[in-house]
Amino acid sequence: MLQIVLYFLIILAITKPVGGYLFRVFDGKPLLLDRPLGWLERLTYRALGIRKDEVQTWRQYAGSLLMFSLISMVVTYVLLRFQGSLPLNPQGFGSAQMPAHLAFNTAVSFMTNTNWQSYSPELSVSYFSNMVALSIHNWASAAVGLAVAVALVRGLSQKSANGIGNFWRDVVRGTLYIFLPICFIGAFIYVAMGVPQTFAGPKLITTLEGIKQTIALGPVASQEIIKQLGTNGGGFFNANSAHPFENPSALADLFTKVLIFLIPAGLTNMFGRMFGNQRQGWAVFAAMSVLFLSGAFISTAAEQSGNPAFAKYGVQTANMEGKETRFGIAGSTLFASVTTGASCGAVNSMHDSYTPIGGLVPLFNILSGEVIFGGVGAGLYGMLIIAILAVFIAGLMVGRTPEYLGKKIGRFEVQMAMVSVLAMAASILFMTAYASLGKLPPNDPLNTYKGSSYGATDTGYGPLSGNLNNPGAHGFSETLYTFASATGNNGSAFAGITANTPIYNTLIGLAMIIGRFFVILPVLAIAGNMAKKKIAPASKGTFPTDSGTFTLLLVGVVVIVGALTFFPALALGPIVEHLQMIGGK
Amino acid sequence: MKNIRPALVLTLFFVLLTGFVFPAAVTAIAQSSMSYRANGSFVVQSGKVVGSELIGQTFSGSNYFHSRPSAAGNGYDANNSSGTNLGPTNPKLLVGVEGFEGIQQLAAKYRLENQLSQSQVIPVDAVTRSASGLDPDISVENARLQIPRIARARKISEDSIQAMLAQTIQPRFAGIFGDPSVNVLRLNMLLDKR
Repeated sequence: MLQIVLYFLIILAITKPVGGYLFRVFDGKPLLLDRPLGWLERLTYRALGIRKDEVQTWRQYAGSLLMFSLISMVVTYVLLRFQGSLPLNPQGFGSAQMPAHLAFNTAVSFMTNTNWQSYSPELSVSYFSNMVALSIHNWASAAVGLAVAVALVRGLSQKSANGIGNFWRDVVRGTLYIFLPICFIGAFIYVAMGVPQTFAGPKLITTLEGIKQTIALGPVASQEIIKQLGTNGGGFFNANSAHPFENPSALADLFTKVLIFLIPAGLTNMFGRMFGNQRQGWAVFAAMSVLFLSGAFISTAAEQSGNPAFAKYGVQTANMEGKETRFGIAGSTLFASVTTGASCGAVNSMHDSYTPIGGLVPLFNILSGEVIFGGVGAGLYGMLIIAILAVFIAGLMVGRTPEYLGKKIGRFEVQMAMVSVLAMAASILFMTAYASLGKLPPNDPLNTYKGSSYGATDTGYGPLSGNLNNPGAHGFSETLYTFASATGNNGSAFAGITANTPIYNTLIGLAMIIGRFFVILPVLAIAGNMAKKKIAPASKGTFPTDSGTFTLLLVGVVVIVGALTFFPALALGPIVEHLQMIGGK
Repeated sequence: MKNIRPALVLTLFFVLLTGFVFPAAVTAIAQSSMSYRANGSFVVQSGKVVGSELIGQTFSGSNYFHSRPSAAGNGYDANNSSGTNLGPTNPKLLVGVEGFEGIQQLAAKYRLENQLSQSQVIPVDAVTRSASGLDPDISVENARLQIPRIARARKISEDSIQAMLAQTIQPRFAGIFGDPSVNVLRLNMLLDKR
């Protein structure tokens, strides 16, 4: 438990300096890095054909964002399908390992910052695919998320403005001045701690006892650093950050967890600075902290008390199934809370093997919209949507026109906020229902896993519930977690489910698109509409949004919206399973 | 449609900068300054590479410390990392199925191998599979319970093995983060060196 508190204190300490730097970058202030990187920024603008000070309306901003997302996704799809003809492919993977439905799912997954992986990387993607086709989205999708958050904050803090910034400029500046320097230093820190960085193929060795062991390698560190910093979460290896080459020690694990929250936490402070009142940022930070710490403590306590069934066999009950010795229980549950609070989705332990309550926490974090610091950019804009709902609810309670940051919240803003909340809920619940009940004939190719391409055998699952790894209530949790993770653009999994079949890859791909754009577009619309409004000076009747009351209200809205929407589903999954477990069933 | 050109150029920008220049630069510098780590931390015994100190391997002889059970391929397949992903109430996890040992069988086997009494509580890491299936470590308690068996097999004193264990224990980082652990390969190499 002490490590949770200390970790939180580290995040608390870095929030302000990181926020200050983010502010300088996006406010266009001079930076130390202007000299080494300024030429590249200017060169990029020239190549893009944009002017540095061009300001876009929200529609133009959204148009640029959509076009970039589409084109970069298509490029990745093509590169994945043709990996067999591309270099850096020591294992000789081709399109058999990357069929069309999987390449679609994977391209969407990385473009939307989800990084759901239906495939096992060691058995499916070449070094080139990892390093180029997929990694570029680790940078780009995070930069896009960051840009949207900055655009929303501009919309909220500017007076009577037409534009919300320039999409191209925000993406380029975020990449060059924020991600690049941190990644360049961070990659070497990862290597120093034991993360490989080589283009050599897998190494065959003979163990101490004379057994042959093939050890997968690759350019891991350069991917690992942006995977965490950009809250992407797509692993170089199947076991993700549980793999000793991705996360070699308790120190590496701590470094990773700090990287995941680094920018999301800093953004709360940048938000306050852009508005000219850092307390506005701290109020949001505090709400995120309350939710984060409660979840982390609950999950840790549940895993430490563990599985009572183990006692029958004379085994300690603390739940180490699917956890690594070097991280221990608290190191694993803290990671689970961080990765699902943020929309990262990297895992250092297998959430599928958690106790029901231990696993409920990461699931709830995702269902609540990943606003607990959240993904790079996505966390802040998600929480600001909640803030708009919160002041609306507060306004209803006291019978006053709701205001946030001195601007009146009108019908349009609330409608847009509700579109994003309802699209999320509908995608998660309808797809979970379909996957639980959907029937297909046995051996239907739509739900057949082509194991023969990965050194296993083909399996036809028939009904969509056939792909689960666990029976009963836990199996339902597996399905719910899958669509929550996809729609929430998280990417972690109750990984027992075999999702690499045409129908699952397609459904999950659609869920990821809905989850990304049915939030981003309403957010940009709100930003554009709010930017036009005047800022009214605070009066006696104004509900202060930099206060403890507001923090509590935010927490309340997150919990109530999440709980009301998803309680029936959660009752069928983790809650039933918990009762079964303590009842010894 | 005026977005098409910048969208293409920006994609190219990411491909060049983050897809090629960045990983190539990191590789070049890492290979020249930290080649042991950058190449996978491979350790050598009597002139032969016997594994990576970060990747667990299977040990079944009674003269070695045993790693945790593994779900990676057929056990410690370092080209196929994986956990079991079995839920806590799944009978397969608890009592196993044909061809897959559950906690019950693993605990009985551990007890038998190490000649432990029925009242001895077994450390949980000894009978559960890790998340990666490649966990290089075991808990200190797990290692301690294996000492008598190894002492008998190697005909050396328990104290000398205890001393090797003591120098292999990796404490919590800063005394707080993670759990104390014992690297099985490093410990077994110490045993062989003696």
